[in-house]
Amino acid sequence: MDKYLHIRFNALGDPTRLAVVERLLRGPASVSELAEPHRMALPAFTKHLGVLERARLIRSEKQGRVRTCFIEPAAMQAIDHWLGERRAIWAGRYDNLDTLITKLTGEDHDG
Amino acid sequence: MTADADFRFDVDKDRNTLTIGRRFAANRQLVWDCHTRRDYLDQWFAPKPLTTRTKSMEFREGGHWHYAMVMPDGQEFWGRMDYKTIRPIDGYALLDGFCDENGLLSPGMPQASWDVAFSDITGGTMVQTLVTYGSAEALEQVIAMGMQQGITSTMERLDELLALLAKG
Repeated sequence: MDKYLHIRFNALGDPTRLAVVERLLRGPASVSELAEPHRMALPAFTKHLGVLERARLIRSEKQGRVRTCFIEPAAMQAIDHWLGERRAIWAGRYDNLDTLITKLTGEDHDG
Repeated sequence: MTADADFRFDVDKDRNTLTIGRRFAANRQLVWDCHTRRDYLDQWFAPKPLTTRTKSMEFREGGHWHYAMVMPDGQEFWGRMDYKTIRPIDGYALLDGFCDENGLLSPGMPQASWDVAFSDITGGTMVQTLVTYGSAEALEQVIAMGMQQGITSTMERLDELLALLAKG
């Protein structure tokens, strides 16, 4: 089981951090690039990045003076997978309901 | 298969909610009956290849539906829906939880709240369900439990099956 899942959901429960994760899903970015759309002091922004790193949603690498952030693909998988399951469950049960309704209304479409 | 426009599945990660919308080609009374009668629920609630088996049902405010989703190999996943408010035939609200075969709610497991609304649309009925998890932690617990129970692999097989059926 994934012990980081709990931390991960808390980490995503903040608009700034969610925006960072959504940005990194499109590709790596430097800390200054990530901070640019957010009107806050760099130390405050760096704290948000720290939360995301500890939740293993992102990782960062320093090359010279530039720190670049990357999404951790595995981190998002548990969440997306679960949501995919819920979607499949609802789609599947509603297809069953269509079948039942067809039966109950006596409309046979030769299907 | 249903066109995408007929099936809506929206996730709001900030609010810990899912919104599921679907239209059905039947009048509101019939669609309502399908959601609130045990003999009908048993015919559709569990996605294939699972089947639904009702153990008990009291469709009234304060009552509950105790059911199992059963795998082809006989493995059972028990759940119960506790009805909070009922407004025939406009909607109902309930708490959705995991339990055991005696209906005892799984200790420490959060219940998700469902708000189900039925409305008339041209040629049928729209059903919209708002599923709310009390907190991010509650959502996480439900996910973690799903993984623990091996539902994940079941649903992977379901995905494959649905894909096959779609091609079929």
